Amino acid sequence: MNEIQTRPPQGHIEVRNFSLSYDSIEGPVQAVTDTQIHVKPGEFVSIVGPSGCGKSTLLNAVAGFLKPTTGIVTVDGERVNGPSAERGMVFQQYSLFPWKTVRENVEFGLKMRGMARSQRERAARTLLGLAGLEAFEKHYPEKLSGGMKQRVGIVRALATGPKVLLLDEPFGALDAQTRVIMQQILTNMWQRLKISVLFVTHDIDEAIFLSDRVYCMTARPGSIKAEIPIPLERPRQQSMMMSSEFLALRRGLMSLIREESLKAMGGEINDMGMQGLNIELHGHSLADVI
Amino acid sequence: MSATTAISEAGPVPATTPSATPPSIGTLALRWYRLNQSRLRAIAIGIISLLAFLLVWHLLTTYRVVFFVRFTNVPSPVAVYASFTKAMHDPKFLLHVVLSCRRIFIGFSLAAIVGVPLGLIMGRFRLVHEIVFPVAEVLRPIPAIAWVPMAIMLWPTNEQSIVFITFIGAFFPILLNTLHGMSLVDPVLVRAAQCLGARERSIFREVYFPASLPHIFTGLTVGMGVAWVSLIAAEMISGQYGIGYFTWEAYSLVQYADIALGMIAIGVLGLGSSLLIRGAGQLVMPWRLK
Repeated sequence: MNEIQTRPPQGHIEVRNFSLSYDSIEGPVQAVTDTQIHVKPGEFVSIVGPSGCGKSTLLNAVAGFLKPTTGIVTVDGERVNGPSAERGMVFQQYSLFPWKTVRENVEFGLKMRGMARSQRERAARTLLGLAGLEAFEKHYPEKLSGGMKQRVGIVRALATGPKVLLLDEPFGALDAQTRVIMQQILTNMWQRLKISVLFVTHDIDEAIFLSDRVYCMTARPGSIKAEIPIPLERPRQQSMMMSSEFLALRRGLMSLIREESLKAMGGEINDMGMQGLNIELHGHSLADVI
Repeated sequence: MSATTAISEAGPVPATTPSATPPSIGTLALRWYRLNQSRLRAIAIGIISLLAFLLVWHLLTTYRVVFFVRFTNVPSPVAVYASFTKAMHDPKFLLHVVLSCRRIFIGFSLAAIVGVPLGLIMGRFRLVHEIVFPVAEVLRPIPAIAWVPMAIMLWPTNEQSIVFITFIGAFFPILLNTLHGMSLVDPVLVRAAQCLGARERSIFREVYFPASLPHIFTGLTVGMGVAWVSLIAAEMISGQYGIGYFTWEAYSLVQYADIALGMIAIGVLGLGSSLLIRGAGQLVMPWRLK
């Protein structure tokens, strides 16, 4: 743990001139177009947007699972060329290995690195202890609740000491109460480890509560519609979610996303909805709303 | 800080001890009965149903019922039991059983040794799949019994051709189920392994193989069933020993009780080998235990 805590700040993510398209029978489909984002070392950045806008595509490109059609993804100046343990990832479906116990799941990355069994067992126990999961080390994931599964997922991703942590709607499948607790746990871990985080979600409250900065994406083909700094002080408390500052941020982000969601729906609904929205937003810019 | 919430949500809540004094034998027995009620019920009904089967068999044969089917020459349970006790002291009968088991063991083991790795490799490498699959699809529908003449031509000894037919019977279910298991491996688990630093070989060993194990064992169970079907057919046609040969010989020699004895022996041996595979499956896949 000490080794992780005291290392120099790193994990600078840069995505430049990024676009990604894939082939279909009707020709190439543009999923993400002309996108620039960055995450500074130790920063917590979220991406929000209507469903299908390509925010997960973007995250998967940073993880190295997808190759950009144009543009470049770098971490600390090094080009991303495929998945690596330097970029830890947490998935919405937990994706724990069902045939491994909780501890074996956490050990996995260390095992891949070739660490000796006794050493990685000790490391995994320490990490599980921090997440309040030591009592469950010998359980198989199936026996755990959703919140516990995802805590194991986060601990597993952090076990190898990655430079950045990528999370793809990690709390999307959890109930509201567990979700709030998980957000607290994540911010606590993030503050302790000083790791860069790129977080994809469609939950606006979650994005504001967790982040230093929020990118809002347009409907498909996705690109960055707005970049919103979140000046709320840290550590964040649940009570802040009722503050006028929070609510103003929420309102602004909400209208941005609603606009895009309606665009994504298309057709007549689109026209009617847009008229309604135009009236509502008429003469206002995002800054005015905030 | 959410440390307290985290731990309470983790929930290593000690079970409230019911009382200081240990419960009496009576209450313990009652509790055990309640917990195992459905299983006990299944066992009781199973025993009753087997006894009813014996009773119906006994009545049909004692009264030599002729009603569409003729029970005139069918041996009674008592007669079969008599021939069973006689057979138990007959080294020749035991030799039949041992030889059949040996053929199953060799044929089935070879099918598993070839079928499982081939299925895994076909599932991982498309070229191998494209080459092997069409051939497998053409050969698969051919029942093992249709292989008998070909097997006799192919192999120098009778023993080898019978083992070969057993192998053929077990091989295709094992191969196809392994392949099916490989095709169902969750790609998210593969990605999770990749961004924990796993390379191709580790992914194969740590993800594809264990993820396919449930289907591999389905294949082994089905394969074992087909192996017995194929073995008995082969023994009836070309054998000199074996439980299938014993049953057929009993018919030729008008030993009616031995026909039923042979059939029951086949049933019991088949059931026993299925149970062995199921037990092995539970040993290998502890995470699937309920």
